[in-house]
Amino acid sequence: MLRTRLVSAFFGVLALGLASGATAKVDVTVHYLKQVVAPPPTLSNLDPIPEDLGLRGVELGLEDNITTGRFLGQTYALSVTEVPEGGDFIAAVRAALTSGSLLILDAPMAQVLAAADLPDATDALLFNAGAADVALRSADCRAQVLHTLPSYAMKADALMQFFVARRWTEIALVAGDRVDDQAWADTLETSARKFGLKFGARKTWVFDADMRRNASQEVPLFTQELGDYDVLLVADAADDFARYISYNAWRPRPVAGSEGLRPVAWHRVVEQWGAAQLQSRFEDLADRPMLDRDYAAWAAIRAIGEAVTRTGSSDAATLRAFILSDAFELAGFKGRPLTFRTWNGQLRQPIPLVHERALVAQAPLYGFLHHHNELDTLGLDQPESNCTAFEN
Amino acid sequence: MNLPILTTCAAFLCSTALADEIWVTNEKDDSISVIDIETLEVVRTIETGERPRGITFSKDFSVVYICASDSDAVQVMDPNTGKILHDLPSGEDPEQFVLHPDNRHLYIANEDDAITTVVDTETRTVVTQIDVGIEPEGMAVSPDGKIAITTSETTNMAHWIDTETQTLFANTLVDSRPRHAEFVKDGTELWVSAEIGGTISIFDVATQTEKAKIDFEIDNIHPDRVQPVGFEFTNGDSHAFVALGPSNHVAVVNAETYEVEEYILVGRRVWHLEFNRDRSQIFTTNGVSGDVTVVDVASRKALKSIKVGRFPWGAAFRPTE
Repeated sequence: MLRTRLVSAFFGVLALGLASGATAKVDVTVHYLKQVVAPPPTLSNLDPIPEDLGLRGVELGLEDNITTGRFLGQTYALSVTEVPEGGDFIAAVRAALTSGSLLILDAPMAQVLAAADLPDATDALLFNAGAADVALRSADCRAQVLHTLPSYAMKADALMQFFVARRWTEIALVAGDRVDDQAWADTLETSARKFGLKFGARKTWVFDADMRRNASQEVPLFTQELGDYDVLLVADAADDFARYISYNAWRPRPVAGSEGLRPVAWHRVVEQWGAAQLQSRFEDLADRPMLDRDYAAWAAIRAIGEAVTRTGSSDAATLRAFILSDAFELAGFKGRPLTFRTWNGQLRQPIPLVHERALVAQAPLYGFLHHHNELDTLGLDQPESNCTAFEN
Repeated sequence: MNLPILTTCAAFLCSTALADEIWVTNEKDDSISVIDIETLEVVRTIETGERPRGITFSKDFSVVYICASDSDAVQVMDPNTGKILHDLPSGEDPEQFVLHPDNRHLYIANEDDAITTVVDTETRTVVTQIDVGIEPEGMAVSPDGKIAITTSETTNMAHWIDTETQTLFANTLVDSRPRHAEFVKDGTELWVSAEIGGTISIFDVATQTEKAKIDFEIDNIHPDRVQPVGFEFTNGDSHAFVALGPSNHVAVVNAETYEVEEYILVGRRVWHLEFNRDRSQIFTTNGVSGDVTVVDVASRKALKSIKVGRFPWGAAFRPTE
């Protein structure tokens, strides 16, 4: 069963005074489709994943767009579809495509690809705001799919830059045994080698004991075999066991990755660059802090809004061309303009490195240079990406 | 028993009457640092409400208005005593404001509410609230008082307010994250800086159309880090001094040709600026380094850095008499 609702937004333009040289009236409909995925069981239930993750971000971005639009005679409507676990996501996408060609997807990679490969989606513009898989930005890229969520590769590179800067050159890793954990671990390992760090022992977490009771006994022994290292990486995509590693590892070393120092798209500790305003607007709307996928969904609908504002068009092809052009820039509260990579559709963005209570650093770190854009030191740079769909 | 009073008076005179001052709001210290322009030292630190940002004196310098953003108030302070006289109703999260030439009405940007609030400072009441774009920040009033401007950071517009009817009569797009606006050349031009866009747009006020745009380019600094924020004009509006945020430079722009003539290295994340009395020196607030750089206008050289509080934001000039 699909749950669809339409948030319509027809604000009066009376008494506001339209922009000088106002463009013709434009009505924009954006579809947000979320595939609900049951989270795997985790050892602790302390931090449940918000059910409205992603949705609140797109709602906030919609408000931002509406406010701007009313000065220009442009209206925005958002259609939200949540596909329950086991539901037919592709049917929902097909239905959405009958009434609009601007879609924001919060779904695993397989669904994103299936959606993009629908014949009806050829001329649509899809935003991936939920899948961090590197392959989606490389060999499995699609020309009509742009990515506002940072890839695992961007996050891994951000961490490695920090390690290089701090001269934490020897790395050990503990990864969960789920597919996501191993993918995240592989990306971390690749990134460590790219930055010339020494990647030492790697172990897979296969315990099924309840770590709330005996982490203090198991973790020291488990990590003793890792030998010496400067920093211990933990790859735990589902936030299952990582929290039990800190302070219980055999060696007194910092923990990073899924616990301790974490690379994120967004976090409540990001306060600079006007971010405090975005944080407070989000909190007012959602009664909780803004998280990665909220930010990705917000950035997607804001990118649409920015392109509509500047082009005066709601046509998917026009918007896509503008978004991928030099003229596009999104003010994303991360201290510099955000733009899209023309070779794979990934939104360039700084990656905050955070712990629960403060921002530690923001990548790209000082000194990591690039001949075009320092943000391209994070994730797949043009020569590293096997994406060919964006070539004309 | 007159002696203690006399002593207090003497100290009081020493701290206020000898030299002109620059008042600097410290966003993360909830305080104002008062710089003596003659000695170039901080002579007083005054407590304010939470997160002080915008600061401006009344035209006769009898009171100073402070946007205490996180206290949701505009505070009115006696500059002699440093005492808060009263708060003005300001709407939520006032960030920046401008005092109308009538010396009575404050136009306040309410950053969290997408509203410009007009406050009567005499009756201490809200005259009206005007819907503007998301995150209003830059505020300006034309010299004849007829037009007020609000720039909105996320909507990326300059909103033109008719101060007679208190309604918008035009909205003009600018580049990303507009931060500051100023009327210049007797109100014939409006300049608007765009932090993320990295530009200043110049509008012809009569037609509200863009007539020029200034770009900034500093050797060895990535354009993304060159972010214009506050700017002020030298005598006769011949040159603008433009704070360029995290590039840690101030640009000197020829206001006739719109060309950048010079970049001056100052402190980190330079935000706003203020001149001394004869505009021979300009003081820049450097948020990240927590200091104020004094720049000699004629030679375009930084003279000195003065340590102030944490995250200095706004600056305002106060004459001695």
